[in-house]
Amino acid sequence: MVADSASPETCRPRTPTTTEGAAARAAALADVALADVALADVALADVVVLSPPGLAALANALIGDGYRLVGPTVRSEAVVLEELESADELPWGWDVDADAGRYRLRRRADRAVFAHAVGPQPWKRFLLPPASLLWRARRGESGFSVDPPEDPLPRYALFGVRSCDLAAIAVQDRVLATSAHPDSGYRGRRARSFVVAADCATPAGTCFCSSLGCGPAAAGGYDVALTEVVTGEEHLFLARAGSAAGDAVLPRLPSRPATPHDLDAARAVVGEAAQRMGRRLDPDGLPELLAAHREDPHWNEVAQRCLSCGNCTLVCPTCFCTTVVDATDVTGTVAERRRHWDSCFDLDFSYLHAGSVRASTSARYRHWISHKLGTWPEQFGTAGCVGCGRCITWCPVGIDITAEIAALRGGVPEGGGL
Amino acid sequence: MALPKLAVWKFASCDGCQLSLLDCEDELLAVAGQVEIAHFLEASRERVPGPYDVSLVEGSITTRDDAHRIQKVRALSRTLVTIGACATSGGVQALRNVADVDEYRSIVYPHPEYVATLDRSTPIAQHVRVDHELRGCPINRVQLLELLAALLHGGRPPRTTASVCTECKLRDNVCVVVAHGTPCLGPVTAAGCGALCPSYHRGCYGCFGPVAAANTAAVAESLRECGMSEADVTRVFRTFNADAPAFRKEAELHDAQSQP
Repeated sequence: MVADSASPETCRPRTPTTTEGAAARAAALADVALADVALADVALADVVVLSPPGLAALANALIGDGYRLVGPTVRSEAVVLEELESADELPWGWDVDADAGRYRLRRRADRAVFAHAVGPQPWKRFLLPPASLLWRARRGESGFSVDPPEDPLPRYALFGVRSCDLAAIAVQDRVLATSAHPDSGYRGRRARSFVVAADCATPAGTCFCSSLGCGPAAAGGYDVALTEVVTGEEHLFLARAGSAAGDAVLPRLPSRPATPHDLDAARAVVGEAAQRMGRRLDPDGLPELLAAHREDPHWNEVAQRCLSCGNCTLVCPTCFCTTVVDATDVTGTVAERRRHWDSCFDLDFSYLHAGSVRASTSARYRHWISHKLGTWPEQFGTAGCVGCGRCITWCPVGIDITAEIAALRGGVPEGGGL
Repeated sequence: MALPKLAVWKFASCDGCQLSLLDCEDELLAVAGQVEIAHFLEASRERVPGPYDVSLVEGSITTRDDAHRIQKVRALSRTLVTIGACATSGGVQALRNVADVDEYRSIVYPHPEYVATLDRSTPIAQHVRVDHELRGCPINRVQLLELLAALLHGGRPPRTTASVCTECKLRDNVCVVVAHGTPCLGPVTAAGCGALCPSYHRGCYGCFGPVAAANTAAVAESLRECGMSEADVTRVFRTFNADAPAFRKEAELHDAQSQP
């Protein structure tokens, strides 16, 4: 369990700041990738080396401790997050070819298990479930009674969380766990969860975590972090603990001490990953940029392409909006209040008396991107984007948040976009 | 206290939506205990005269007689609910709206002179005031039960403006467009089916009709990128909701482009 996991200072998405100009921004961008190569401060003595059977032992140890193991596995031609029975179900030997509006699984020559970047679902699927029953009430002889909650909150072991998603969980923690009005379900699931992070060695074509200081290495907010090294005959996982719970589990696994060679290899993996981001997003001055372009005709141009389908928000690991629906059974004796994910791209999301406040697609897209990158820092103290790239990959028409920002700045982004 | 009277009416349709009520299985007895089923020929030949508290209307208007009959149904009904793509948009039989019905009639029937039909299939709302509508081909019985419950007990009828994409994500489906390159109408189709087809790795066929302000042009571009010809794009918008305005207009554009 991550103690005070709500504010791991080290992996918070970089809050955009104003800079003097394009030259400074370019210099900052060039620095980002190298400056954020983590593992620089990891000491050799704090690392153990697991083999693939050692990784399986970690999964089994967590299951044995009563956790429900949730991790990546291949289903429907994608790497999805599901409850797993063992490490056998992990995506051994798969990676992905991802671009705007396109995702394809690829077979690898090796047996790498964490080479798939991120899949379609964020971890909020488990921490903030897409649909849940809040309460159920029954009409009685006099008045009504409320059913007790059906299940105790689950204890999840989140297995293979990328640094971008650790940052996203930290963002959701600030909104849902440590805010003035926390969500008891989220807070409970979070407090009971065990996080196994996996440093990213193979960013996808839509990844840009290093632009926002959110990766590719896990820098906090985990119980155990792994760096996978696959070179020739060698396939190993460098494991480091990030909490007391992590410290307790590692000695129970078959492992060997790390050598300087191992640590160098791990640093090389993460360092190279930082250089291979498929996208870049210049983070500087975004609130000011978006505020200055409120009436930009570009929003209408985006609206020509945007389906307003809401996919970007539903795959976003930081989007947290939900709505509640009340329903009564046909006999009128049982009433339920249910909650499910909502999207600001849904026309009814901003429905007040007499209509929707954001009636046009251009208004809805502007709202979404302005919240993510413009007003989120003021509201929550972090950026609302962690650079996972899901909104780019899983947009059916491939609208690219990095390209739209570049277009507002009046240029084409480096290394991707338009 | 007398139970509210429920009537079910059929116009031009396949009966599938009315059957959704009989398909309610576990809930059917509960429904039967809450209402007097006063007119439901699919279930019983007994007819209790009106007026009716709730009328469920299936089917579109395709004959002069039906155009008169729907006025009578409206006059007898306190609340009128249209159920299904035929009643809400004209149904698949609205394909005649972009063709010559006389030609169809002469091709299909040995004695076309016996067939009295209008040259257009129109939704119920073009003839009478409609209080609520349930989309779909067929409707989703869960939506039907929720609406009946709301009408019976004074709750707010459920409504959604979400697309099928939302239901896919709630169901944990992998997007068939992005991951498989399968053409799909989900982004412009109203939620309601629970993303049935994408759950079986098929693209959405638009059974629930267009969402409000559907960007059909952008979806058409996506369909073409997934390998559909202009003629296929025309056809996929011309199915169960062929005459729903957003789908009709998009089909017309591609029909024009696919002509030699």
